[in-house]
Amino acid sequence: MMSNADVPLWAAIAVAFFLILGSALALIGSYGFVRLQNFYERLHAPTLGTSWGTGGIVIASIIYFTVTGQRLAIHELLVGLFITLTTPITLMLLARAALHRDRAERNPDVPVAPIPFPLVEGESEKNEG
Amino acid sequence: MTLLPYPLLWFALTIMWLLLNSVTPGHVLLGATVSLVACWSMAALRPAKPRLKRWYLLPRFFVTVLYDIVRSNIAVVRIILSGRQKGHRSAFMHVKLDLKDPTALSLLAVVLTATPGSAWVEYEARESTLLLHVLDLIDEDEWRDLIKNRYEKLLVEIFE
Amino acid sequence: MSAAILYWSVIAAQSMLAVAMALAVYRMTRGPRAQDRVLGLDTLYVNAMLLLLTFGIETGRTVYFEAALIVSLLGFVATVSLAKFLMRGEVIE
Repeated sequence: MMSNADVPLWAAIAVAFFLILGSALALIGSYGFVRLQNFYERLHAPTLGTSWGTGGIVIASIIYFTVTGQRLAIHELLVGLFITLTTPITLMLLARAALHRDRAERNPDVPVAPIPFPLVEGESEKNEG
Repeated sequence: MTLLPYPLLWFALTIMWLLLNSVTPGHVLLGATVSLVACWSMAALRPAKPRLKRWYLLPRFFVTVLYDIVRSNIAVVRIILSGRQKGHRSAFMHVKLDLKDPTALSLLAVVLTATPGSAWVEYEARESTLLLHVLDLIDEDEWRDLIKNRYEKLLVEIFE
Repeated sequence: MSAAILYWSVIAAQSMLAVAMALAVYRMTRGPRAQDRVLGLDTLYVNAMLLLLTFGIETGRTVYFEAALIVSLLGFVATVSLAKFLMRGEVIE
């Protein structure tokens, strides 16, 4: 095992670059998540963190562990693969859930359902929930 | 029941096992066994078997997607930091798809949602229309063109 | 030189991710709607997972990588079940 001082300069710069890139994208994604106006817009912000945000940090980790020679570092690819596969699923489900709730409340801002949405009698409007 | 219902899945699971542990003969044996059991339980679920017609086009598809994700990352960062330009808005839009294969559709869904700036919201199978939410919409036809010509054409070639 | 670059970049990345987590928590507590809170949770765990990876680089220990894998697994299951609940728990069944 080699200490951080023995890491070649090019590797240190590459690790630093990808680390900063990844975490900056995650930060900007979260900032957009707070700033954007409605739910469907906010849905786009976290994908910054899950696409190249995760990508950057995973690449940094691979470079670091491969250069220091502690292990053959393709482990991190699993995390990257896992995040890229799972995020779209959660986002799609959340989008559908939000659409479903907005339609149930007859929110005029969302497109109508292709099959008319059944009216539930006595269903009270819920804006906070 | 065949001995190895999903050879590709079995291989991928074994590789994953070896990555998470270490490459020793014992782990190769154990990983292969665990993956085999996982493949059998997968076969018990009887999912629709995806058919790849032209698998050699897959790398081209992934490179295209990777490039587009980089591009849309930059676009979304710009929107978040400096706000939207005049005439741009976020909106829902409908796209009519020719793609029918469920595996190809789910691949398209993953790609569109993983790309910042566009989100797959709903797919109506009977009319094969897709409801999409776009963060920075100027021209609907531009997006339609992107989905139909850039992704769908390639996916149709790969799967159908 | 290399050690300093690595040290400061890890510190910078960790502070950025911590701020990102704080922003996600802010959205989680403010809402306004349940789906915003669930999306906030999703963003929070992804940022936490990235933070764990940076800890891994800082200390050079594999255990953080495994923790990150588990965080992302549990977060995925939690978000999916919450989204499912939002869809089913309120109207028509």
